[in-house]
Amino acid sequence: MAEQVTPSSLAGIAGSQPRKSPGTIPLGTGLEARNVHAWFGKNHVLSDISLDFASGTVTALIGPSGCGKSTFIRTLNRMHEFIPTAAMAGEVLLDGKDVYAPGTDVTKIRLKIGMVFQKPNPFPSMSIGENVLAGLKLAQLKQSNKDDLLEECLVRAGLWNEVKDRLDAHGGSLSGGQQQRLCIARSLAVRPQVLLMDEPCSALDPGSTLRIEETIRELSETMTIVIVTHNMQQAARISDYTSFFLADGGPGVMVEVGPTSEIFSRPKDQRTENYVTGRFG
Amino acid sequence: MAITERQASSPIPTPREITTQPRRSDQFFRSIVFLGGLSSLVILSAIALFLGIRGFEIITREGLKFITGYEWYSSINADGLSGDQPSVYGIGAMLIGTIITALIAVVIGVPIAVATALFLNFYAPNFLKGFLVSVVDLMAAFPSILFGLWGLNVLMPSAEYWAKLLHKYFSFVPLFEVSAPVFTRSPFVAGVVLAIMIIPIVTSVAREVFSQTPLDRIQAAYALGATKWSMIRAVVLPFGSSGVVGGAMLGLGRAMGETVAVFTVLNIVFQANFQILLGAGGNVASLIILKFGEASAEEIKALMAAGLILFILTLVVNMIADLIVNRSGRQGR
Repeated sequence: MAEQVTPSSLAGIAGSQPRKSPGTIPLGTGLEARNVHAWFGKNHVLSDISLDFASGTVTALIGPSGCGKSTFIRTLNRMHEFIPTAAMAGEVLLDGKDVYAPGTDVTKIRLKIGMVFQKPNPFPSMSIGENVLAGLKLAQLKQSNKDDLLEECLVRAGLWNEVKDRLDAHGGSLSGGQQQRLCIARSLAVRPQVLLMDEPCSALDPGSTLRIEETIRELSETMTIVIVTHNMQQAARISDYTSFFLADGGPGVMVEVGPTSEIFSRPKDQRTENYVTGRFG
Repeated sequence: MAITERQASSPIPTPREITTQPRRSDQFFRSIVFLGGLSSLVILSAIALFLGIRGFEIITREGLKFITGYEWYSSINADGLSGDQPSVYGIGAMLIGTIITALIAVVIGVPIAVATALFLNFYAPNFLKGFLVSVVDLMAAFPSILFGLWGLNVLMPSAEYWAKLLHKYFSFVPLFEVSAPVFTRSPFVAGVVLAIMIIPIVTSVAREVFSQTPLDRIQAAYALGATKWSMIRAVVLPFGSSGVVGGAMLGLGRAMGETVAVFTVLNIVFQANFQILLGAGGNVASLIILKFGEASAEEIKALMAAGLILFILTLVVNMIADLIVNRSGRQGR
């Protein structure tokens, strides 16, 4: 990193942001992970993660590569099970109901818990407009006024002004940052309660990153956001809560979670302090 | 400062020629693979040349009638005895038969092959997948005479029943009309046999392209609450469509060139038959095998000419396939 990162500078960034506390925004009860473990084959990659995501908050998951952050958020919307040999234990509760309960329609879970991936992945065979509304078709949802929804989602994703005159153009004609905002707009069209973001800015330039961070802050007014990031300034800028993950030889564990300003100013665990001050990772 | 001054004063250079001197071992290997690459071209042009030279006489004599004519009569038989009428050679009926049986095969075979490929890639449990893949591969290596015999003895009775059903309920479609109640040994039955023969190749091409569907797009669809089927429709099929078209064209090429199975199943008659359920037809390849055994020198030349036309037809189909693949290939990728 070009800039000298000290705990106090990160704490400064974190402290200057307005914070929300859980329960202040009445959106429902949110998302909770209870004693979540994950395996790939015999490899135990995630051990005993319990974490609450209060509705209307932004939670950042930080930690070195390979510590299980991405695996963890993929257990939250059941994308984990797509990997052959993947297994999990524990419970993920959405509005108090276990998303892994037998008889659950997994497609409905993923409608409520949307996901934005590291690499922008618009559907190349579809136009920009079709991409935004792709979820309706994929999940066989009915929508009476598609034009309004299209505009609303693109506005919320901060992309409307740039694409409103070329909604019929192919999604691939956009820049990387625009594509990622298109993917965010696409996730919003099915009206999820929770949006999971797996390093959404890691493939983007600083300008695009800033736009997406603005988008995240605006979205957090109406939904719960969980974001995996390697950029600690980003975590400090946008999150209300920060959780630090670490895999020290064994499976990944959650070392500490707390309000973002506390994690960056006075972490309780020495390992968290070492990480956020850049002594390792 | 000296550097910038020199840059400013120097004229814009012409681009340099960039070359490399490959090592001897590399040159040696290069010539070997070059020969390998060239060999198929050489063999193919040699065959085309051979067919052209041998068939030239007949094609020039018969002119366009060779392609449009329906009659095939040789006045000289293999024993050199001459008949009273002049020889006429026309492969029109056989060309029509070639195209009709091959199209029936593609229409029936490709959907089954695509469904098989989708099942193998996205639905089959692992233990079943490996087994089924080897079964399909085995099918590709199965001798075509066995398909022909099976088609004649086992498939024909049930295919005759399907044909009667089609005729009963869809006879308002000209294709399914039948002018005489002969339902056995029809282009329809031959098409079904050919369909079974092209399924393996189309399946393996389709499976290959489907398996290359980018994972991030599949995940994007699932993350939007897609069911497996809606994911396949939105992501896999657009991505794989050009590959499926290419595979279908490979299948079409194989179906057009198939000899033994068609010869075994089909009742070869020299008339243009567009009624696919009627027991009469033929294709160019089966004509060649039918006539070759007792052909006179002249008739053999005519058969060579027929072979040349089949060769050109196959070439044209492949070129059209390339065109389609290139045009639709960029979309969805």
